[in-house]
Amino acid sequence: MVQASSDTGAGLAGLSVSLRGVTKVFDSGITALGPLDLKVRMGEFLALVGPSGCGKSTALRLIAGLAAPTAGTVQIPRHDNGARPGHAIGFVFQEPTLMPWTTVWENVRLPLKLARMPAAGAEARIREALERVGLTEFAQSYPRELSGGMKMRVSLARALVTDPDILLMDEPFAALDEITRFRLNNDLLALWRNLRKTIIFVTHSVFESVYLSQRVVVLTSRPGRIAAEIGIATVEPRGEEFRTSAAYADYCRKVSAALAPAYSGRSAL
Amino acid sequence: MSAQAKRKAADGGGAMLVLRIVLPVVVLGLGLLAWELVVRLNHIPPYVLPGPVLVLKTLVSDWGVLSRSLLTTLLTTLEGFLAASVGGIALALLFNQSRLVEYSLFPYAVILQVTPVIAIAPLLLIYLPQQTAVVVCAWIVGFFPVLSNTTLGLNSVDRNLAGLFQLYGASRLQTLRLLRLPSALPYILGGLRIAGGLSLIGAVVAEIAAGTAGAGSGLAYRIAESGYRLNIPRMFAALLLLSLAGIVIYGLLALVSHLALRRWHESALGKES
Repeated sequence: MVQASSDTGAGLAGLSVSLRGVTKVFDSGITALGPLDLKVRMGEFLALVGPSGCGKSTALRLIAGLAAPTAGTVQIPRHDNGARPGHAIGFVFQEPTLMPWTTVWENVRLPLKLARMPAAGAEARIREALERVGLTEFAQSYPRELSGGMKMRVSLARALVTDPDILLMDEPFAALDEITRFRLNNDLLALWRNLRKTIIFVTHSVFESVYLSQRVVVLTSRPGRIAAEIGIATVEPRGEEFRTSAAYADYCRKVSAALAPAYSGRSAL
Repeated sequence: MSAQAKRKAADGGGAMLVLRIVLPVVVLGLGLLAWELVVRLNHIPPYVLPGPVLVLKTLVSDWGVLSRSLLTTLLTTLEGFLAASVGGIALALLFNQSRLVEYSLFPYAVILQVTPVIAIAPLLLIYLPQQTAVVVCAWIVGFFPVLSNTTLGLNSVDRNLAGLFQLYGASRLQTLRLLRLPSALPYILGGLRIAGGLSLIGAVVAEIAAGTAGAGSGLAYRIAESGYRLNIPRMFAALLLLSLAGIVIYGLLALVSHLALRRWHESALGKES
């Protein structure tokens, strides 16, 4: 179960998320995940990589509290949240997942509205979130009037509007074209540098995981367990030049090698 | 696409549009002409088959009686439609909030739907005042599409959006108001569009069933009455008015649906966007 209590028990200090022996068995009897042990430091950018169906998304849903683990514990040792309204967690799905019937402004406002935040305080936050993703001028547009990349930005702004401590991202850029994806990668890195939120980023792209994160956790095929952890040590801030560096290629090779056993014994399709 | 090709395509589109309007009108004109000719050349008496000219003449000369009947039928239809809309949506919301209520009542909603209303109408006329019975008939026929469409709409919420509402701790009422109802709106409007036409059918069926009871004065009652009196031109004129009423009802509801959805729903968007 998810514990949001101020558990200061052994080893939780400085941690943002802690999974201990977490297993998820679906109603169909399929074991999707685990047992999984994972500790995410406060302010860390962590990438979860694995073959499709390995339970990466399930892991995110468990952390978000959208599903309960079959065994084990998910802990979010909450640090001092001060007067922050709303929730400690922001979630960005693979699809933009916007409400098509209302404007960008109202979509970003949703988390505050659900938390019953007064309009006066909400307005500044919404404006700030839209500014961060560069969509100020599109506040009154409807989602269908935006490109795929812009919709994803709205989704990101909505996740940021509550000023969460943890940002969970489930293959958010997988459906975008490469140029848009690269731009959003850079924007996300810039956001992370400024806000220092804990980000857990699920992806099936080795390149994206290495480019973005400080640590790549490679999962095995179903049921997902940790196959390898690879720390990405590089000069900060990262920029486009990192993409073409020898170190980048090296890390990608390492992650790919760790991922390879997950695919062995499977057909290429 | 070059500018020239674009213009050509636009012209093609315009021409298609004109054809789509002109062709049915031409067919209508030819049909009416053939009808009139058949009647005149064969000297068919009006009590067997009146020509379209005579029907139009009757429509004008009997306008006083017919317009009053039209108003009666429209009022019945409107009452039945409103009852069907409110009842269908309310019942769907109730089903959506409580599985127990849904399981208990849904089979009976289906039974009410599949039993032909023309078979129920005489019974209703026995137990209810005539005007009430007629409205109830219109309601019975109209409410099911609203109920089933609304139910479908309320259940077709994006799974991830629902997850998001859960993540942010949305209350049941918030989820209903901010997520389920807007998601269901296109379906609800689709149901209302069907219900409008069906309410008219329900009203007509009930009027015809009530016809022998005598007190009715709606258009369907006029058709039945004119039949007994062999006033065939008036039957046709009343039928024409009923068709027109149906078309107008459908058109109005389609317009409402378009206006409500035009900013966001695929069904209301032009092909270019």
